[in-house]
Amino acid sequence: MLFWTTIKIALRSMLANKLRAILTMLGMIIGVAAVIAMLALGNGAKKRILGWVSRMGKNTITIFPHNSKIAPVLNGSADPLSLGDARAILKIPHVKYVSPVVTAWQPVKWGGNFTTCNIVGCAPTYIKIHDFKVQSGAMFTDYDCQDIASVAVIGPETAERLFGSQDPIGRTITVSTVRFKVVGVLVPKGRHGWFDPDNQVLLPYTTAMTDLMGRLVALNHIDLQVDHAANLNRVQAACQRVLRLRHSLIYGDEDDFWISNQLQVLKMANRIGGAFTLFLGSVAGISLLVGGIGIMNIMLVTVTERTREIGIRKAIGARRRDILRQFLIESMIISLLGGLMGVGAGIVAAHYVKFRSFSGHVEPSMVFLALSISAAIGIFFGYYPARRAAALNPIEALRYE
Amino acid sequence: MGQRELLEITNLTKRYRIGDTDVLALDAVNLVISRGEMLAITGPSGSGKSTLMNILGCLDTADSGSYMLAGEDVSKLAGDQLAAIRNRRIGFVFQNFNLLPRLSALENVELPLLYASRHDAKTLARAALTTVGLADRTHHEPNQLSGGQRQRVAIARALVTDPAIILADEPTGNLDSQVGRDILDLFHRLNQAGSTIIIVTHDHEVARHCGREVQLRDGRIVAEVQHAPHCQPSTTKETTAAA
Repeated sequence: MLFWTTIKIALRSMLANKLRAILTMLGMIIGVAAVIAMLALGNGAKKRILGWVSRMGKNTITIFPHNSKIAPVLNGSADPLSLGDARAILKIPHVKYVSPVVTAWQPVKWGGNFTTCNIVGCAPTYIKIHDFKVQSGAMFTDYDCQDIASVAVIGPETAERLFGSQDPIGRTITVSTVRFKVVGVLVPKGRHGWFDPDNQVLLPYTTAMTDLMGRLVALNHIDLQVDHAANLNRVQAACQRVLRLRHSLIYGDEDDFWISNQLQVLKMANRIGGAFTLFLGSVAGISLLVGGIGIMNIMLVTVTERTREIGIRKAIGARRRDILRQFLIESMIISLLGGLMGVGAGIVAAHYVKFRSFSGHVEPSMVFLALSISAAIGIFFGYYPARRAAALNPIEALRYE
Repeated sequence: MGQRELLEITNLTKRYRIGDTDVLALDAVNLVISRGEMLAITGPSGSGKSTLMNILGCLDTADSGSYMLAGEDVSKLAGDQLAAIRNRRIGFVFQNFNLLPRLSALENVELPLLYASRHDAKTLARAALTTVGLADRTHHEPNQLSGGQRQRVAIARALVTDPAIILADEPTGNLDSQVGRDILDLFHRLNQAGSTIIIVTHDHEVARHCGREVQLRDGRIVAEVQHAPHCQPSTTKETTAAA
């Protein structure tokens, strides 16, 4: 009963000082809204990255030569990844699909149209590994690879840029200076930041290596898919064993390749996303701290203004903890009301604020976190003023004008 | 201490230090107050009556001497223990009423009971307001009430816990004479109904209404006067009533 009376008194004294209460709460509102919006944004970014990684195929492993993703091996001491390596990996149990991959950034022309995009030399399994679908025509086949056929499967964005609304199937495009017949168009996956899987040209790896890139052994990477997520680590270890053997590495030599499995990438993306979210949240948290200091300031003023009230309460038998509790409840009401409004404002802000292609994604846990933090701020910053109130001498407090 | 003695102070001494000088506010004061008494403590400013009132009201403690209140030695208590004694044993009435501004009359009267975690607070508070004649003002806030009504609310708040003593500090000081007399009448009625009342005042007219008057000067009791029992306020001495 005393609890409800205390809340009533707190609300009435806030109503009597509306502007002051609103300004004090504003600090909390802005702080909590900023925290919610930033957490939502960080979370949205994380979700976006994770979505992108998982849309590029399930349970995949990528092997790069000599810790370098981009350039094939230049220093002679390390073996490049070869087609032989790819074939050896296919024999490892639990490996579903393997594709050797060579890539290059090349101009592509048709008629008067022109675009520059990623040229991928791969096996037909490449689209299965990375979960691409063909919307018209068909993927080139193993026979095409054996025959070093001049055929190409193009991304929907590439098709749009070169052919507009015309059907690309059966037409001949020029990649660099070599002519390829378009046999298929991929289904769009959606652009993800700077990486665009919809604007690329897939060629049989044999054709790409012989006609386009002028190299016959070095692969940019080997992509493979494992039958089940549980086998990812086992297959990764097997790949490492096979490749060390094939590359004649002895005990003590470092790997001259680098294996990345999707689980690790997901984990890393998750970690980076989490760190990003934490960073944004902490920056926003500073404004929450400022809001808390505002509460403390106002509570100190309130305690001074209500010195006589405190004296009266003590005279009629309020104990220290009664007074302490009263002012803590008041500061918590301010911070929680501010926090609630801040959550509302934060959700609205997260909905409207967009950063690059990331939009905010609010989760219940964030709301819970923000409200807990605001309650904690109410207690933390309200404690000192409340303790001052509780420690007042009743005689002096009663005499206070 | 016998049955009739409600309150007994022995050799009560209190010193203050103001700047470099020691002020002896109470100098070995002895006083016994019986159950059902209506007592006035009078004296000029600086006589120590405020100090005595603060100690009797358990707002302050003496440096030495003992204070027995309703069979309990309260002179060694401190902090929250004193707060509990104030809550259960003492009802304060102040010169400037000291009601909480944003609470209704009823909520003001309830407050001491809430601090005692009583669940019948509302019923008791209503009864106390009825006793002081304000049954129809329960939901008014102090600023909607006249001075006399405010003081009645304060008296209701003082008696709602059924305290051992009601301690009134210049209760008519801020009221005009007629209203002041009404308040004194109310004290009389409460006293006749069994309440022990101590009024601290420098107004002899107020003191004359009390059965016994203790006069304080320089921290000592210098005189005790017995007044005629239940001396009613007379209409002919209107001009001298209020300060």
